[in-house]
Amino acid sequence: MEIQDKVINIVSEAANVEAGNIKSETSFIDDLNLDSLDMVEMMMKMEEEFGIEIPEEKTEDLKTIGDVAKYLKDNAN
Amino acid sequence: MNYPDLENKTVLVTGASRGIGRAIAEALAKQKAHVVFNYRGDESKANELAEHLKSLGASKVGAIQFDVTDFDMMKTNIDAYVKENGPISGLVNNAGISKDQLVLRVKPEDIDSILNVNLKAAMVLTNHLSRQFLKAKDVSVVNMSSVVGLMGNISQSVYAASKAGMIGFTKSFAKELASRKVRCNAVCPGFIATEMTENLEEKAKDHYLQAIPLGSYGETEDVAALTLFLLSNSSKYITGEVIKVDGGLYI
Repeated sequence: MEIQDKVINIVSEAANVEAGNIKSETSFIDDLNLDSLDMVEMMMKMEEEFGIEIPEEKTEDLKTIGDVAKYLKDNAN
Repeated sequence: MNYPDLENKTVLVTGASRGIGRAIAEALAKQKAHVVFNYRGDESKANELAEHLKSLGASKVGAIQFDVTDFDMMKTNIDAYVKENGPISGLVNNAGISKDQLVLRVKPEDIDSILNVNLKAAMVLTNHLSRQFLKAKDVSVVNMSSVVGLMGNISQSVYAASKAGMIGFTKSFAKELASRKVRCNAVCPGFIATEMTENLEEKAKDHYLQAIPLGSYGETEDVAALTLFLLSNSSKYITGEVIKVDGGLYI
């Protein structure tokens, strides 16, 4: 599975939104209405799924699905 | 009291070498909890306490070396312990110091050291454990405040400020993580019989006792009893609360 598809699956579950409605440019806060605590939890799920650590200060720059997919791709082990 | 859900629960108690912290660690051990405490330097004393807690019934005991104001060491050593022994789901921020003096004699460095130990360390530790709190079940944090944080006291301005700060922190943290069922409450002991009160002069003792409606000093076990209740699921609908254990001193 493509990294982005995996990310979409995780987000779909966390935000309770159908995967078909989530796209690369979908914003966590503006489109999915996630709050800061939701974001922390979601990033923790990403970390578990992809086996990497996402530093807290980096998460502020990860605003969309595409941002996260790109970060994961660039920092994959 | 018996709290079956405390059995095997991993609870970290800071400042457990004596006084109220020690009583809490002992009470947890009697509930068969997995008791974890920190120690600064004296390894043989830490081993002694660990053995003591095991003999009281603790399902497991962990001694982690760190000074609560050495944040790097605290994080590194806690992470190493958790990696090996599983997540912490109970926390008692108890470590505290006091240096009594009039406001007009307080030195800036005294303010730093009291606030660092009593308030900042609790905030840094809670912050550091928050991630695992989000994953763990039945998480409860108990912050040791003081009745002095509510009513103020001569010569204890800095101590009182640190303990009042603890209450603001408790309520904020309780609000932040309530949606994830993480609870946080504060306990405010009054005059509790510890080494500190033993050393008071008779005259001072009489003076203090007259101010306590229930007519005696509290015992460390009284504070431990409330702390156990707050750590257990018996208090599952209580969060952001501030409870005094003071014999009515501040009514």
